[in-house]
Amino acid sequence: MIIGSVLGAFLLLGLLGIIFNRLPQLHALVYAGCMVLCAILVGDGVYHVLHAGREEIPAVVLPFGLPWLKAHFRLDNLSAFFLVVINFPGALTSLFGIGYGAHVPGARRVTPLYPLFLFGMNGVLIADDAFVFLVSWEFMSLSSWLLVLADHTNAEARKAAMVYLVMAAFGTFCLLPAFGLMAGHDGAYGFAQMRLAHLTPLAGGLVVLLALIGAGSKAGLVPLHVWLPLAHPAAPSHVSALMSGVMTKVAVYGLIRILFDLRGDISWKWGFVIMVVGALTAVMGVLYAMFQRDLKTLLAYSTVENVGIIFIALGLAAAFRDHGAMTLSALALVAALYHVVNHALFKTLLFLGSGAVLASTGERRLDRLGGLLNRMPVTGLTFLIGAAAISALPPLNGFVSEWLIFQSLFQGPTVAHWAMRFGVPVVGVAMALAAAFAGTCFVRAAGIVFLGRPRSPEATAAVEVPLSMQLAMAIPAVLCLGLGVFPVMVTAGIATVIEPLVGVQMPAALLGWPWLSPVSPTAGSYSATMVLLTAIGLTLTTVLVVHHWGSRRVRRAPAWDCGHPEQIVNAQYSADSFAQPLRRVFGSVAFGAEETVEMPSPGDLAPARFTLRMIDPVWDGLYAALLWLVNAIADRVNRLQFLTIRRYLLLMFATLIVLLLVVAVRQQ
Amino acid sequence: MTALLFGIIHTWLVVGFAPLITGVVRLTKARLQGRRGATVLQPYRDLWRLLKKESVVADSASWMFRLAPYGIFVAVWLAATTMPTFTTYMILTPAADLIALVALLATARFFTALAGLDVGTAFGGLGASREMFVASIAEPAMLTVTFSLSLVAHTTSPAAIANFVLGGHVGLQVSFGLALGALVMVAIAENGRIPIDNPATHLELTMVHEAMVLEYSGRHLALLEAAGMTRLLLYMSVIVCLFFPWGLAGPESGPGGLLIGLFAWLGKVLVMAVGLGLFESLIAKMRVFRVADFLGGALLLALLATIFLYVAEAV
Amino acid sequence: MPTTQMAYDTAHLIGATVLMMGFALLYQRRVTAVIRTYSFQAMALAAAAAWQAYVQEAPHLYVTALIALVFKGVIVPLALTWLVKRLGMHRTVETALGIGPTMIAGVGLVALSIVLVLPVTAGATSMTRENLALAMSVLLLGLLMMITRRNAVTQVVGFMALENGLILAAVGARGMPFVVEISIAFSVLVAMILFGIFFFRIRERFDSLDLAYLETFRGERQ
Repeated sequence: MIIGSVLGAFLLLGLLGIIFNRLPQLHALVYAGCMVLCAILVGDGVYHVLHAGREEIPAVVLPFGLPWLKAHFRLDNLSAFFLVVINFPGALTSLFGIGYGAHVPGARRVTPLYPLFLFGMNGVLIADDAFVFLVSWEFMSLSSWLLVLADHTNAEARKAAMVYLVMAAFGTFCLLPAFGLMAGHDGAYGFAQMRLAHLTPLAGGLVVLLALIGAGSKAGLVPLHVWLPLAHPAAPSHVSALMSGVMTKVAVYGLIRILFDLRGDISWKWGFVIMVVGALTAVMGVLYAMFQRDLKTLLAYSTVENVGIIFIALGLAAAFRDHGAMTLSALALVAALYHVVNHALFKTLLFLGSGAVLASTGERRLDRLGGLLNRMPVTGLTFLIGAAAISALPPLNGFVSEWLIFQSLFQGPTVAHWAMRFGVPVVGVAMALAAAFAGTCFVRAAGIVFLGRPRSPEATAAVEVPLSMQLAMAIPAVLCLGLGVFPVMVTAGIATVIEPLVGVQMPAALLGWPWLSPVSPTAGSYSATMVLLTAIGLTLTTVLVVHHWGSRRVRRAPAWDCGHPEQIVNAQYSADSFAQPLRRVFGSVAFGAEETVEMPSPGDLAPARFTLRMIDPVWDGLYAALLWLVNAIADRVNRLQFLTIRRYLLLMFATLIVLLLVVAVRQQ
Repeated sequence: MTALLFGIIHTWLVVGFAPLITGVVRLTKARLQGRRGATVLQPYRDLWRLLKKESVVADSASWMFRLAPYGIFVAVWLAATTMPTFTTYMILTPAADLIALVALLATARFFTALAGLDVGTAFGGLGASREMFVASIAEPAMLTVTFSLSLVAHTTSPAAIANFVLGGHVGLQVSFGLALGALVMVAIAENGRIPIDNPATHLELTMVHEAMVLEYSGRHLALLEAAGMTRLLLYMSVIVCLFFPWGLAGPESGPGGLLIGLFAWLGKVLVMAVGLGLFESLIAKMRVFRVADFLGGALLLALLATIFLYVAEAV
Repeated sequence: MPTTQMAYDTAHLIGATVLMMGFALLYQRRVTAVIRTYSFQAMALAAAAAWQAYVQEAPHLYVTALIALVFKGVIVPLALTWLVKRLGMHRTVETALGIGPTMIAGVGLVALSIVLVLPVTAGATSMTRENLALAMSVLLLGLLMMITRRNAVTQVVGFMALENGLILAAVGARGMPFVVEISIAFSVLVAMILFGIFFFRIRERFDSLDLAYLETFRGERQ
């Protein structure tokens, strides 16, 4: 009921946005409205999660939609959980939008679409039949597509929107037959009937594959990720935050709904496939991210990485479930959902931070920024916290979920098949590499943007953003710490949410309250609370010792730099030079990175030039080839346009006869 | 209560002995190079002297620069506090396992690299870039070592692994040997020892760690030096605890057992320090881009350790 | 006679050392280091053969061990080093595939041989199974080395490492006949290939065996 009215209100806001398009106060009003509505949905979601199991699952049937089906809505634990995951960042981006939304390029086109985008995402969550699910899914895709296109004077944005539209259509095109297969001959499109359906192994496998491709293309799974780093940064920053932090989670929700709820009997082999694809995605995503020169593109690639990590855990959960290890399956699923929450939080935070930098300096290129920590203290501090959280540093939240995923990976060889036994260590290495690379990537991002000396006049002139935007970044930063320090409460909550899916309640703390020890009392434990308390104690001790016995004098002086300081700001390490060692080791193989240095001959006063060329192997290897194939086919088919009328009639006649023959054969 | 007491003793023990171990390494190297060398107590004096000096901070530095040394030292100290040395019976033993250890040291490194970038000099950036490069491969190697150990011992907690080894379940296992080799390689890289980095040089383009902390002086430098020394002792203690835990005291040990544990740990760590000095004197520093091969080797060694478990059917 | 567990662990350990040396061969970048590593591998192989001789109480395996130690561990490496120096050959290993990718491929090959060998030998004793898995890994690594390294010397070393794998398999299998004969035959074969390649290479490069040409080539005489 509440949700229905809120969703209606989203539509209304969108409509108002279109009608009162010229009103200058419109932006603030619409974003404030969205913030309130999201907050209501968060409250509703939290209420349902807390009361899970103690009340009826609310389900509604509305009299529109397909004539024989009507529209089914239902809010179970999983939906309620994702309602929180999606609307909390939604509220934050709306808060950010109050101060930010009026100043983005094409603001009048962005503002009315923004509530519609939120409407679409929420619709997917509460859908209880395939029709509502797919319509909401498309609503979400199309509204976000229009948001990407908001700055339509920009050629890059147009290209991004084009690629995005094709990939979104492709994704839906895969989800459609997946639901069709589950619905069977009778067209049972309600989720309730689908749960009871029995499929042949072939059809079951096909459903998993199609769902993986459909949801994976929306989530940014390699090799379906090509649109994501184009489209996410092209939208205004608060919308980028929604797309990266939130829309990818809707895709994860879709996959969980299909794999763990609608289909109960996924073979471990599919779990293995998902895990391996996830590992590939994680490593490739972070490698791409590390070499980017644009802050928002970097963040978008990092989303690809985190989606990969989530998929590793999902694959493990599916494999464990097929093997009958329900507790381990619960552990992996809890880890996946924990990471979903965490990534939604810190990716929103980081994208909002990039939006603040963009608003203040007008720059997204790393090599034009620098030294912003002194000029934008709140943005800088919150961005650093987000960077530390996404690099999985204790005691922040990113570490807890990665710890849980590692713990479940280490149990992987429980599934005693040689593919799992040899695959899991390799996936473990990939995951470890991804985690370590993420640290490097975000040291680079935060260090180049916020530390050092400013590299351009714009960066020198930067000022802090308005209070509402600061608040929108401060809240997730505080929560990153909160979710990291009290992990047992979070895992206990998530364990309740997924209990209906795996049938067991994961034991969160076998050693007692502050110790997170999910596998067994001796199998390794982590206590963020104790770590933080000890850290505080040790910090106090250190400060006391140093200030009691040591000198407290500080003198400011020019930088020493080993005796030959450079005044030129470009003598600092740049983003490209920071990534150089890893580029040299991994870039030449994975991305065909080529560095060329043009040195003028002695006596020549021309500047030396350094150029760097990199390719995206997936784009060049897969999509360019695909494009070529499509073009080739189109050329052939093109001839059909220049036939005589008699031949067209012949074609029609032939088709008719073939169809009649098919009918005749089927009737026999 | 006793666990708390042991925890506090241990906390001071690791910091107190860290400069001594560094002193032993330096003395060993000096003797092998034909010098008399400073006494093993010299690192204590150095730290004290630095602590008393005023700190010079670059004009372009932000608050990050002044905060980082405290963060780095506390992160390393915290990591050292949770890893067992003479007894496994400490209040903080279950607070962090080997994965958390890796992450705590990563926290320290995160701060160090940011501090290196903060002043905006070429050297600082160079050090930060290379440090993260080394860590990007060393960290996964360490996690893979953890993986193979946890497959055998069914735990990621160092104390539990030590008990498993003490229980005599291991024998002459190849996997443990390979994991030890990988861990030693990681330890060498993470502590910036030869052949990865040279802790004794300041003015060389091949330096990694020293380049990042080039701008530091006074008490801030003292904290960074202390953090480096503590990290060296920490890695030695972890190697000792995981692979040579003999003598390690447990919850039931009496005062005698504790004394044995203490002296066994100290003896093993001193032997390792001398061994490190010997090793560093024998070997030449590597080119920076060879480091990827070296640490990639460590990573694959750790992966082989896991694979070998399946041959031996230890899982 | 040692206990079974002890015999098993030690055999495993020595076999793994041989394998590790196989990896070390792939890791090296200098030809002399490759030769030295090969020498260590041969010595480890000698130890493996000797241990099997002791455990199986098969004295003829001591002969194999002795051949491995003296011929492969000392004479061949010395001869190779002498030739490399004498001919002034390139001291760096020229790779067709980088060190890192080669080693990753190596780990993949080890995994593959374990997957292949373990089910096939399900009935055998664990000692034999493991020995076979290790030997096959060593063999495949030798082959990998021959494929991915361009220098003639490294190719020869790769071949000899491959042969070490065969010997390791032979000494591990209980009651395998002709082990000694096989190892002698292989050694002779290796020697022939070795010198054949060297003379061939010298001829190929200088059309003569006259060392004066070499000196010109090295820039010692203008």
